[in-house]
Amino acid sequence: MTTAQPVTPLNFPSERDGCPFAPPSAYERAREEEPVSQVTLFDGTPCWMITRHADVKAVLRDQRFSADIRHPGFPFINASRRALVAGQQTFIRLDDPEHARLRRMLTADFMIKKTEALRPRIQGIVDEFLDRMIENGSPADLVTAFALPIPSLVICLLLGVDYADHTFFQERSRILLNNEAAVEDVGRARDELVDYLAELADRKRRDPDDSIISRLVARGELTEREVASTGMLLLVAGHETTANMTALSTLALLREPEQLTKLRAQPALLKGAVEELLRFLSIIQTGLPRVATEDVTLGGQTIKAGDGVLCMLATANRDEDAFADADRLDVARESRRHVAFGFGVHQCLGQPLARVELQIALETLFRRLPTLRLAVPFEEIRYRDDMVVYGVHELPVAW
Amino acid sequence: MRVSVDTEMCCGSGQCVLAVPEVFDQCEEDGIVRLLDEHPDGEHHEDVRAAAAVCPAGAITVHEG
Ligand code: HEM
Ligand code: SF4
Repeated sequence: MTTAQPVTPLNFPSERDGCPFAPPSAYERAREEEPVSQVTLFDGTPCWMITRHADVKAVLRDQRFSADIRHPGFPFINASRRALVAGQQTFIRLDDPEHARLRRMLTADFMIKKTEALRPRIQGIVDEFLDRMIENGSPADLVTAFALPIPSLVICLLLGVDYADHTFFQERSRILLNNEAAVEDVGRARDELVDYLAELADRKRRDPDDSIISRLVARGELTEREVASTGMLLLVAGHETTANMTALSTLALLREPEQLTKLRAQPALLKGAVEELLRFLSIIQTGLPRVATEDVTLGGQTIKAGDGVLCMLATANRDEDAFADADRLDVARESRRHVAFGFGVHQCLGQPLARVELQIALETLFRRLPTLRLAVPFEEIRYRDDMVVYGVHELPVAW
Repeated sequence: MRVSVDTEMCCGSGQCVLAVPEVFDQCEEDGIVRLLDEHPDGEHHEDVRAAAAVCPAGAITVHEG
């Protein structure tokens, strides 16, 4: 075992300095030189950054690390994240048994068989938005015409939310997930979303249907606030993530024409290609936050009870020990061991749905628009470095 | 090869069903893992090992031999 050299801790987060699809080079250097290393957060608090694939999996599956945002020492990467401690928590930031109680009320809704059965409906939605984009003519912004509306409409149908309100919830989500938004704005966006879902839950109480919100209400086991905050988590996590993954995947494939040609020629590669894109792009880039509840030794370091840790999915997914030639996008590679959806009991609840949406959206887009290309130089694309979910702000395309 | 699953630990991710639907399923009521075949055929062994490796909750145990 080597003893860690005391080095000046990195300020977190670092700025991206190379390829827009790759994590900041400082994080990748940490993975090679000191895979469990100290960083300094915005308020001067020290925190551990976990960068290797094996260590990220180990921490996320270890009961000695808590995901409870209220636990002393829980790491926050900015003031607005910290401000969210006040108020009703969603199960993504709770530990078992509270977390499992809420998650288990939803696991049946997102199980493989249920999401596979949604394929024809999702195909219809994808075709409809693509028809409209084509009708309006080339060029178009792929984010607003295609990538964002598809998962938004799908999650609305599942939850029982009226899609006509999409501007309202998309705008609030954008503020809630903006790392640079003012503390008050983030708090207000969250409260407005929870109030909106509380009102919806109340309507479902009086006029029940088969939607997820209605069935959560009908169980009678949850408070109105619990139903509303759970609904908010699903609504926000359900559209921003897949939307960004769709647009960023499109850009990545347009940048790698050989990979795109291969994928178009061999439709059997589709499912694996989506896993590879999830690995390669790892859109949750600022690290999954946890706090140690006991002393833990990892990578030659002692993480003390009460220390915060950030699990870096993007560097884990480019760890050469887990994926050979990891910085290369290879649609034919075996990449299902990626951690783009996290790991441990909080691993993404919506992953079966995200997979089906991504498979259908990308297959349909590249099949129906064989001449799809960027409508601006690659260098002009604006990336979402300021957001919790990475991606592009807009993606001008022509065909 | 013998496979066992721990339904208490399972978080219903569905990763095992994607890996080997012949061996793993999810219960209609709660989305929690159901083992279909405790002694899978040789052709599935590699995928069963992969399922145990990707299971986020550590709910799958493979007994080799
Ligand atoms: C490509 C798309 C997606 C990506 C990359 C993604 C990523 C993630 C990650 C990394 C986590 C773990 C967070 C943590 O452990 O701290 C997570 C949790 C979660 N995701 Fe997703 N997600 C995606 C799509 C979706 C969709 C479509 C839904 C739909 C409802 C969803 C709902 C959730 C929920 C509810 C959780 C919390 C699970 C828990 O704490 O038990 N996600 N997601
Ligand atoms: S992979 Fe593990 S957690 Fe996911 S459904 Fe199967 S047994 Fe449960």
